Amino acid sequence: MSQDSTSQQSFNAQLFRGYAVYAVGFCLLVLLLALLEIMGLERHWIGYAFLLVTVALYAGIGIMCRTSDPVEYYVAGRRVPAVYNGMATAADWMSVASFIGVAGTLYLTGYNGLAYILGWTGGYVLVALFLAPYLRKFGRYTIPDFLGARFGGSWPRLLGVFCAVFCSFTYLVAQIYGVGLIITRMTGIAFELGIFIALGGVLVCSFLGGMRAVTWTQVGQYIILLIAYLVPVIWLAVKQTGEPVPQVAASSVLQQVTERERELTHDPNELSVRALWKDRSEMMQVRVSGLPETYETEQQNLRLRLLRARANDAPMSEVRLLERELAAYPKSVEDARMAWSKARDDYAVRAAAPQPHAEPFASRTSESSDAVRNNFLAIVLCLMMGTAGLPHILMRSFTTPSVDAARKSVFWSLLFILLLYLMAPALAILVKFEIYSDLVGTRFADLPSWVHAWSALDRSLLNILDLNKDGIVQLAEIQVGTDVVVLAGPEIGGLPYVISGLVAAGALAAALSTADGLLLTLSSALSHDTLFRVMSPKMGPGQRVLLSKILLLIVAFAAAWAATSTPADILFLVGAAFSFAASTFFPVLVLGIFWKGANKWGACCGMVAGLCVTFVYMIQAQPWLRHWVLGISTSEPINLWWHIQPIAAGVFGAPAAFVVIVVVSLLTRQRNLATDALVDDLRRPD
Amino acid sequence: MRPAKSSSRNHYWRHNIILIVGLLCAWWLVTFVPAYFAIELSQYFIFGWPFSFWMAAFGGPLFFLLIVGFYAWWMARQDQRARRVIQEDV
Repeated sequence: MSQDSTSQQSFNAQLFRGYAVYAVGFCLLVLLLALLEIMGLERHWIGYAFLLVTVALYAGIGIMCRTSDPVEYYVAGRRVPAVYNGMATAADWMSVASFIGVAGTLYLTGYNGLAYILGWTGGYVLVALFLAPYLRKFGRYTIPDFLGARFGGSWPRLLGVFCAVFCSFTYLVAQIYGVGLIITRMTGIAFELGIFIALGGVLVCSFLGGMRAVTWTQVGQYIILLIAYLVPVIWLAVKQTGEPVPQVAASSVLQQVTERERELTHDPNELSVRALWKDRSEMMQVRVSGLPETYETEQQNLRLRLLRARANDAPMSEVRLLERELAAYPKSVEDARMAWSKARDDYAVRAAAPQPHAEPFASRTSESSDAVRNNFLAIVLCLMMGTAGLPHILMRSFTTPSVDAARKSVFWSLLFILLLYLMAPALAILVKFEIYSDLVGTRFADLPSWVHAWSALDRSLLNILDLNKDGIVQLAEIQVGTDVVVLAGPEIGGLPYVISGLVAAGALAAALSTADGLLLTLSSALSHDTLFRVMSPKMGPGQRVLLSKILLLIVAFAAAWAATSTPADILFLVGAAFSFAASTFFPVLVLGIFWKGANKWGACCGMVAGLCVTFVYMIQAQPWLRHWVLGISTSEPINLWWHIQPIAAGVFGAPAAFVVIVVVSLLTRQRNLATDALVDDLRRPD
Repeated sequence: MRPAKSSSRNHYWRHNIILIVGLLCAWWLVTFVPAYFAIELSQYFIFGWPFSFWMAAFGGPLFFLLIVGFYAWWMARQDQRARRVIQEDV
């Protein structure tokens, strides 16, 4: 016992030393690049340096930790100390959407965006109270493993595999897509090439060393993503207020932001721009309601305008604009209806006055404000249950040395996640202040260079248009995409470019770490649970690991292929993964642990019911999905239940799954001594 | 000997369930009550922030951390106690 604890202590000390050197080394790299930037190193070389050094670091850790032993490969030898497991879980958890998206969403939606912070952190309470300790006590390799052992037979296990693949694959595609996007912006290389470089970085880790390599790489990635998030926020806070704690700085800035919002709401120039957007929106409505006749007449009009512009020797830019508009003209009446209704809605949004940042559920009528509130609560609940149901997060409770460590590891995970999430609301406010005070009111001739750089990259990221032709930027003329707030935050705040490179490296770390965890979940669900447990249980340990590695490669390339063929709505897909996890894994795992009466048929029917209810609600409430599945035009009005958006479909799926599990289990009741013994064992102190 | 052991085990589990239910109520109160009454609570201020904004952005998440930390700490003590009881039984 004492020998064990001394060896554990020396292992911990070694880990601490290793990661301390790593963190200091990374900081030195950042300083070196900052120095080189001052000496005149070109921007894209800074991007290359960050990309190459970080990917090489991750690959290096992966190579050092290579293994072919199943316990090491699947659960990192079950000896990851709680603190490090917490860091690895935090990195596993924080995807590119968390890293970039949360602050951006908060910027755009103010209080309403806090649903994501509440939901994603509150989910860990459910993990700690209901799942992590028991899964560790069970102590095998995967979540479908648990379902197979608890409910007996292949069906619960195979359904678990199906749900795990369903949740994780969409999520993985989103991560790889994000990686490609970040690498393209960091270095300027092609999107597809970026994806395959990233894939290399991910594969070296998970392919050679499985969970062991992924765990230690994720700890390293967490350190980088923490540095990359904290440095710009603290810098901005100090720059704006002289106060190093971002939350304190943001609370004083928030008052100025709110005041400015009040001013801008009644500013005559802003009012004129908003009136112009409203005119445009109404014009689109006229076009939509005049279909199908307007389809021909609008096309004729556009052609005439182009001819006239050419004949009158109009400026080249105007001719180009008209040519582009004609080339992008909808191909059919139905396309026109969709495009124009979307334009109408977009313009209507831009015609609205700015929402006060800290005001909850801001809305014109109390009825629609109630709808916003219900939606907020639904998203919070759905994200919480989804967090507690995502297999790649739950899998991390298998890697700790004991049940006690599993509970503590959840605490550390949440702490490390909060270090970032508590910064996001502050960052959003600081960036908003920068935009309101520096960008609004400047002349179009003096726009800062980052505006041109980002709007040249993609119009949906940043779009500033002099609508009322007064040569001055109005707030209603600025359209900001969610990604810009974090990625361009340093530039917006006037920080050196090296910080932008650092942020991109952090976003890359977030995406790669999540992709690693997902890849392992997918490959072990397919190899361990499907091929080994169900199809050929006689396989030896070496063969199992080899098979898992082959499947890992296949899954990785499938995901990369899916990411390059540009999926429809990537953010929606990620959100959908939470709904599916909430309505499949969460109910079945909780009832499996806390209710001995839950049986095989209840579990199977419950998972299927949860999946179906969620899927049906999404199909009927998400316009493009409905168009894709049922062929109904996206411009048709949608029918929401209690105003709840399709992204929170899990709030219907999860209760349905709970009810079905209970009812079916009661109907097909039978006592099973083996199950009782298993559940008793789970509940026994370690 | 056996009944004593199983009753201490039941005691451990019952204790655990009561704790879980209690902490779950705290979780529910912290999350959904301030969010439901967010508009009404916005007029109060805490550390310079409107109360409902602060609660959703900082207060709620920090309280979650407290819940998880308390549960881990308490259950570690319970585990130790249960282990001692079992050893004494043996």
